[in-house]
Amino acid sequence: MENSWKADVVIIGGGIVGAAIARELGKYKLDTVLLERYPDLAMGTTKANSAILHAGFDAPEGSLKALLNVRGNELYRQLKHELGLELDLTGSLVVATNNEEMDVLAELKVRGQKNGVEGLKIIGREEALTREPNLSAEVVGALYAPTGGIMWPFGAALAFAENAVQNGVEVRINCPVTKIEVIEGKVTGVYTPDGFIAAKYIINAAGIEADNVSRLAGDDSFTIKPRKGEYILFDKAVGNLVKTIVFPTPSKVSKGILVAPTVHGNVFIGPNATDSDDKGDLATTGRGLAEIVARAQKLVPNIPLTSSITQFAGLRAAADCGDFVIRASNLTKGLVHAAGIQSPGLTAAPAIGEMVVGILGELGLELKPNTNFNPVNPPKLVFSQLDDEAKMTAIKENPLYGRIICRCETVTEGEIVAAIHSLCGARTVDGVKRRTRAGMGRCQGGFCGPRVTAILARELNIPITAVIKDTADSQLFFNKIPGSCEVTGDA
Amino acid sequence: MHEEIFDVVIIGGGPAGLAAAVSASDNGAARVLVIERDRELGGILQQCIHNGFGLHRFKEELTGPGYALRYIKMVEARSNITVMLDTMVLAVAADKTIVAVNSRDGMIKITAKAVIFTMGCRERTRGAIRIPGSRPAGVFTAGAAQRMVNMEGYLPGKKVVILGSGDIGLIMARRMSLEGTRVEAVLEIMAYSNGLTRNVVQCLEDYNIPLYLSHTILAVHGNGRVTGVTCAKVDAAMRPIAGTEFYLECDCLLLSVGLIPENELSRELGIEMDGRTSGPVVDQLRQTGLPGFFAAGNVVHVHDLVDFVSEEGEIAGKYAAWHANGKMGDCGCLITVKAANGVRTAVPQVIRAVSGNTEPVRLYMRVEKPEKNVTLAILSDGQVLLERKLRVAKPGEMIVVDLPVENIKKIGDDITVVLKH
Repeated sequence: MENSWKADVVIIGGGIVGAAIARELGKYKLDTVLLERYPDLAMGTTKANSAILHAGFDAPEGSLKALLNVRGNELYRQLKHELGLELDLTGSLVVATNNEEMDVLAELKVRGQKNGVEGLKIIGREEALTREPNLSAEVVGALYAPTGGIMWPFGAALAFAENAVQNGVEVRINCPVTKIEVIEGKVTGVYTPDGFIAAKYIINAAGIEADNVSRLAGDDSFTIKPRKGEYILFDKAVGNLVKTIVFPTPSKVSKGILVAPTVHGNVFIGPNATDSDDKGDLATTGRGLAEIVARAQKLVPNIPLTSSITQFAGLRAAADCGDFVIRASNLTKGLVHAAGIQSPGLTAAPAIGEMVVGILGELGLELKPNTNFNPVNPPKLVFSQLDDEAKMTAIKENPLYGRIICRCETVTEGEIVAAIHSLCGARTVDGVKRRTRAGMGRCQGGFCGPRVTAILARELNIPITAVIKDTADSQLFFNKIPGSCEVTGDA
Repeated sequence: MHEEIFDVVIIGGGPAGLAAAVSASDNGAARVLVIERDRELGGILQQCIHNGFGLHRFKEELTGPGYALRYIKMVEARSNITVMLDTMVLAVAADKTIVAVNSRDGMIKITAKAVIFTMGCRERTRGAIRIPGSRPAGVFTAGAAQRMVNMEGYLPGKKVVILGSGDIGLIMARRMSLEGTRVEAVLEIMAYSNGLTRNVVQCLEDYNIPLYLSHTILAVHGNGRVTGVTCAKVDAAMRPIAGTEFYLECDCLLLSVGLIPENELSRELGIEMDGRTSGPVVDQLRQTGLPGFFAAGNVVHVHDLVDFVSEEGEIAGKYAAWHANGKMGDCGCLITVKAANGVRTAVPQVIRAVSGNTEPVRLYMRVEKPEKNVTLAILSDGQVLLERKLRVAKPGEMIVVDLPVENIKKIGDDITVVLKH
């Protein structure tokens, strides 16, 4: 019959939330399995968002968003060192351009203080312009939050997952849950293309699909409505157009279109907010891009439009209640939701991990500490960040570190091969890109794309024609049509 | 660190770099180095397996690899030229020390007396022109696709739409057709093609491939792989005209939407750039604003014929050798070359009145838009230095004019190149 086995906990969804929960569960003696439907981790909301470590002044006092934001922000400072996260506490500014907006900033400051955010300060026009000289001349003041920061969301999700695997958690990619078995109101396991996994505890961290996953287990208590946000990313050559995250004064629906640096030295603008019914719609639109440009220009007039290098859209997984849905299911025993994780979900993720494990304990899961738990991920070699001495040593040990594959970002073949063979390794061209930055620069893989494809084929021992960009049906190249003229290369 | 000393170091082993190396060697540079990041010399020529190269230079029609081979042999015949393949330059300092890296030698520190930039150009991408839609596999720049088809032996798609009618797009339309791939259309946002006329005829018309002028792509569709594109006609301001949208089914979108000189190294040195060419400002000796740093080929301005790229390489190679040997002498006075009234770019941007130099100054120019029956005039202080009647002038076809040295002697601080109707 079908392959089947047992686990203590099954986590559905390999985004930042599922990965953070997996990492937290790695601290205990448990058989934990994380299931990801796509060929890589973090391919949903985690890969396309504002990449902000929020200070925590936006969400109303007492909400899960407020509570977990502030706690998550605090946790990341230690995680940065343990997991080698790319994360900078740049600080953030919420900019006001009139007196009504200044009133909103005062409210935000009070709210933030109630939420436990430290160091909030209203600054005047002068100081705002000193901090960010490229701000609009119309700025009248700003709310400065020293604990705001920027981070690399994919890298964080991967680091959580790698640490989880290192501590005994199993991660399965290409493994969608097709059915959840519920007997007498209790979950008993999940069906996947790999087989049946029997488990008494199932965590729903399915992001945009969390309501559908919940319904598989007979719980229709919430709905996830996708809200699309579009972004434009600019060339590193733009330099420090802004050094901190620059928000406009927020509206009721969204934090607005921001201008922010990335941890990799780029600048981006976005996101807008478009409610949608299509959970597969990640298309940018001419109208949407024009909207974010126009609104970003109100904050920073000299947006360098000719230096854009890519545009993308992400879907916020907004729950109908407006807050995070983190609780045991009221309808199905053993099911725990970590759903409705929109902003500030990235910041909250490690705190969500703690909270979910707490809920599992309350439900009766025995949490015996894993005495072998190692919180630290081994460091990764990033060639471009080494000094000359270290570069020489790296090449001496492995000559592949002497071969630059991505010219724009100076990524070596050694780093690409390591990214493929490391824990939760890359299986796709985009997977290599997100792990190493090969293809993320100004030529957007025009030069290195074919070379990365060839390296993936070689290392995974598959034909070039089987190498995919991101999803299972995203093959990049075809064999030549038989009968057509053949050209032989020495590749 | 591995250390090397050379007289002339050339960064980039494409057609400009190869010609520069040969010329530097022939003009007295004792030790010449070519640093190439690819696995072989020749640059982009190696993937241009079509013919049409070398008509000016060799008076015969060669393929890209054939043209490259001529120069590679010239390089190989000169024992004082060293070639480093698979080697990437990481940094160039103003004192002409270069840090490069490869698998064999590891980190390499090279000291040079003169440096020539011949890094060529790269293709403009989807992200740079902000084509909306989803982000499936199957969107490639035409040059990346060309490498895949011609050098690696794979097809980027089976039903193709091409955006942009630059030469690479036109060449790829024919190339994909020859491979049995259906080319649905070539779309061009301008009212005219940016490619050479011969390419429009030989690559599109001969293969019955429709060229939609004044058209663009509004959206890319598909999740895993491209499934189609939404196209529309544009008005004179290049805005899409509502109601003209149509859908083309395809599994591949190739982009030929412009080339950008690859000047990251030059910019880091703070070398003065020309905003119109996106290349460094050079004089007729191809010296940049930083003495001892030269530039030639597509890194200076994007060419349409490789023959002229080689020619520029030769000039740069010669004077880099002179610089290395201390033969450059006095700078002489500088004359600024300005492009105006319908002329978009003019290279060199500066003329150096070198005493004793009898060579005419060759000016390379591009016009703003297609013109018929116009006169190209080179003016200084209200005087006409030279006039050339042009039956047709197209932005895609570079205009080359030699300005005799006697004319240069007559002029003041600057000259202006204009079109007269």
